[in-house]
Amino acid sequence: MSGLNRDQLVRLAKSEITEITARELKSWQDQDRPLTVVDVRERDEFAQGHLPGAVFIPRGYLELQIEQHQPDRHAPVVLYCAGGVRSALAARNLKEMGYEHVYSLIGGFNGWKNAGLDFKIPTVLTEEQRLRYSRHTLLREVGEAGQIKLLESKVLLIGAGGLGSPAAMYLAAAGVGTLGIVDYDVVDVSNLQRQLLHGTKDVGRPKVESAADRIHDINPDIIVIAHKEPITSANALEIIRNYDIVLNGSDNFPTRYLVNDACHMLGKPLVDASIFMFEGQATVFLPAQPELGIEGGPCYRCLYPDPPPPGEVPSCAEAGVLGVLPGIVGSLQAIETIKLILGVGESLVGRLMLIDTLDMSFRTLKVQRNPDCPLCGDHPTVTELIDYEQFCGFPGGTAHEHEESLALA
Amino acid sequence: MATVMMPTPLRRLTGGQARVEIEGQDVGTLIQAIDAQYPGVADKLLDDDGNIKRFINVFVNDDEVRSLQGLHTPIRATDKVSIVPAMAGGQE
Repeated sequence: MSGLNRDQLVRLAKSEITEITARELKSWQDQDRPLTVVDVRERDEFAQGHLPGAVFIPRGYLELQIEQHQPDRHAPVVLYCAGGVRSALAARNLKEMGYEHVYSLIGGFNGWKNAGLDFKIPTVLTEEQRLRYSRHTLLREVGEAGQIKLLESKVLLIGAGGLGSPAAMYLAAAGVGTLGIVDYDVVDVSNLQRQLLHGTKDVGRPKVESAADRIHDINPDIIVIAHKEPITSANALEIIRNYDIVLNGSDNFPTRYLVNDACHMLGKPLVDASIFMFEGQATVFLPAQPELGIEGGPCYRCLYPDPPPPGEVPSCAEAGVLGVLPGIVGSLQAIETIKLILGVGESLVGRLMLIDTLDMSFRTLKVQRNPDCPLCGDHPTVTELIDYEQFCGFPGGTAHEHEESLALA
Repeated sequence: MATVMMPTPLRRLTGGQARVEIEGQDVGTLIQAIDAQYPGVADKLLDDDGNIKRFINVFVNDDEVRSLQGLHTPIRATDKVSIVPAMAGGQE
């Protein structure tokens, strides 16, 4: 028989490839050399811990998937397994594919650990999660790492109404792990024409409760934090501080200015939108954070320096709103939120999207940071939260009560 | 003639029309020309001093006129002018 036995094959492989030690690899990484480090072990081994920055391709898929991660045959690729045998065999296969600089890590992951070098124990998706999010993880822009980011994210929704409904449901379905909901309203039968978080059986229930039920029905993994109280200057910073991103679906101007100011002060991205009759507006306000390399963009005050006087702009309660409209606009907000979490695509920062469902037009206009903005301008004068009812011309009452009592403008 | 995109709240002044074709040298004369045809529009857009109200944005094509020359921003016949007021709806 002319075949090789196991030891002969391994010896042959090792003679044809280049091996490196853990220390060598570490020094290459410290020099920031562009390296693709591939963990070729099985999923359960990877889940126990892996090299920082390693991509996971089990050996059985290596030849099929390596080009997705490193198509360049001249680029260095380091493979490792548990002890250095499987990676040596795998390296030989990559050489056959034309990869010129393939290395196998001597001693594998165990060698790395024994050298006292840092490793990561990753959060991995459970079997159920891998199935649930499979259409996401197939997307290169999401992948398993992106899905884990979504699961670890905390998004605060201002309002569980028209905009908050589709946004919350899609974010829950997408696996955004923690959803906070600020709403102190109860479900009214007139909400059901557009607020899909709530059903007929929920009329009279607090919206945060029916919202939590609906969200858990869609995805039981999601943690829902109910803030059953109005958001005010007294509690806004405390509430928003605990979240990564805020999605604004509020129904009145004082809350819009309040949330804008609080998000700016805390450096939280604000995915903003509003709707009226057949029209919607959506944009993203991203506070500048030069220390983190975030250039940022304009804020709500740059776009609308002052609120309209009470009564000048009718609310949806007065003028009506097409029930499907928030479905579109709230879904846009959910997409923008997910893009921000994943860090993909181009967000609506500095762009105002106008949606007109009557002529079915979607337009984006430029919005610039106003250097004279009292909040985010060069010489800010709004440095703490103010009385937003008064700012919006509603002395001594809530905007909500006032808006509902207004005659149709 | 420039095309002016009217926001929903102003359409009751334009007989429901979402787009208005109108002539004007600059944003200021354009607003007056709309007002001549559809009385009441200027009152909705301008404050007592004749400036654009601070909760309304006027865009010439993609750019807000405050970042251009305000009411003096010149208008060409091919321009698209968008009037975008603040709106608050979303939750209720």
